[in-house]
Amino acid sequence: MRNLIDILDLSVEEIDELIAVGNDIIDHPEKYREACKYKTLATLFFEPSTRTRLSFEAAMLELGGRVLGFSEASSSSAAKGESVADTIAVVSGYADIIAMRHPKEGAPIVGASKATVPIINAGDGGHNHPTQTLTDLITIKREKGRFNDLTIGLCGDLKFGRTVHSLIAAMSRYPGVRFVLISPEELKVPSYVKNTYIKAKGIPYEQTTALENVIEKLDVLYMTRVQRERFFNEEDYLRLKDCYVLTPEKMAMAKQDLIVLHPLPRVNEISVAVDDDPRACYFRQARYGKFIRMALIMKLLEEANK
Amino acid sequence: MNIDSIINGIVIDHITAGKAMQIYNMLNLDKLDCQIAIIKNAASNRNGRKDIIKIASDIDLDLGILAFICPTATINIIRDGKVIEKRNLKLPERIEGVLRCKNPRCITTTEQEIRHIFILTNPETAEYRCMYCDTKASN
Ligand SMILES: [Zn+2]
Repeated sequence: MRNLIDILDLSVEEIDELIAVGNDIIDHPEKYREACKYKTLATLFFEPSTRTRLSFEAAMLELGGRVLGFSEASSSSAAKGESVADTIAVVSGYADIIAMRHPKEGAPIVGASKATVPIINAGDGGHNHPTQTLTDLITIKREKGRFNDLTIGLCGDLKFGRTVHSLIAAMSRYPGVRFVLISPEELKVPSYVKNTYIKAKGIPYEQTTALENVIEKLDVLYMTRVQRERFFNEEDYLRLKDCYVLTPEKMAMAKQDLIVLHPLPRVNEISVAVDDDPRACYFRQARYGKFIRMALIMKLLEEANK
Repeated sequence: MNIDSIINGIVIDHITAGKAMQIYNMLNLDKLDCQIAIIKNAASNRNGRKDIIKIASDIDLDLGILAFICPTATINIIRDGKVIEKRNLKLPERIEGVLRCKNPRCITTTEQEIRHIFILTNPETAEYRCMYCDTKASN
């Protein structure tokens, strides 16, 4: 059974193929209206994430399929102490494909071991979130037209932000990519991520603590939230937080064809005044997320039927 | 110091000094009812000091976990008082059901009767990571 647990489960060719299908769905939605007719997606959310769950459900409905599931553990059998393995074994009998989100890292691996239908990891704690990375990738492709020869700035919490690590891993597979890592000292990219995906591949990169120093170089700017609780003290937080807030003044220094991404939800790291800038892609990005999930559901169902 | 040589059994030699008790515990040697000698801080040509464990019984040892705890250790199989075989240790591709994942956010902390499984991710540094959450194993 083919699952998607970790973005690295997919080859570069498979990602390119998913993005091509996603783009075709955006351009010709009518072709796909019945692509998953009579098929059922179960969305099993052991912790709430309304945004991700709605994206999956919208994707399946637009493919002509049906959805069932639960949106938090307290309304499911997990609250009575049922194991992940048992829940998945049971739901495998009710659905053709499962998207699961769980607060514990590695839960989808346990789920996949008992599933008789494909499993999609819709986030396991701070560990993996492969459909977010696919969303980021289709956005870059759709907005820039390419993956190669891009200078990609990653800004904010680069230490704990797993979507940042996955995006680095995925983008490091394309030629001509450069990374600019923008974060406070306390929230720098962990050395194993830097060693494995940047240094070992000889990819040019630079590290800085202030966005305004580097924004003019960037083709892609990936913003993340800098959480107050990640800082050792309040003083540092107050001193540094503005360095990681995107404002119209900073946008004025950037290239005309920059694209700004954010996995959402945003708190205050992008000023609302930036939203009307055509370079702000984050709401379009959320929309593309639905299309790439449609492509993924179709692919996994197809492979399951082989 | 004089310790009887064993006639039939296994000698785990060249254990890094100080690791004998850890090996004793992790290989569950306390469950055996044969004679076992633990020699600590013996003189060694190779490393200065070493620990040795002598087991007077021909048991099946988990050489994989031994390799993980102490890759320099060597195994001598003794028959009729003679070394009939020397074995070098090789790191196993996976370690199952011995190490426990220490990441409190890992699914292994809550899922019932789950086997803790670690995968060899870097043979040069003997690095193992939890199959579920990718957290590094510590020995
Ligand atoms: Zn673990």
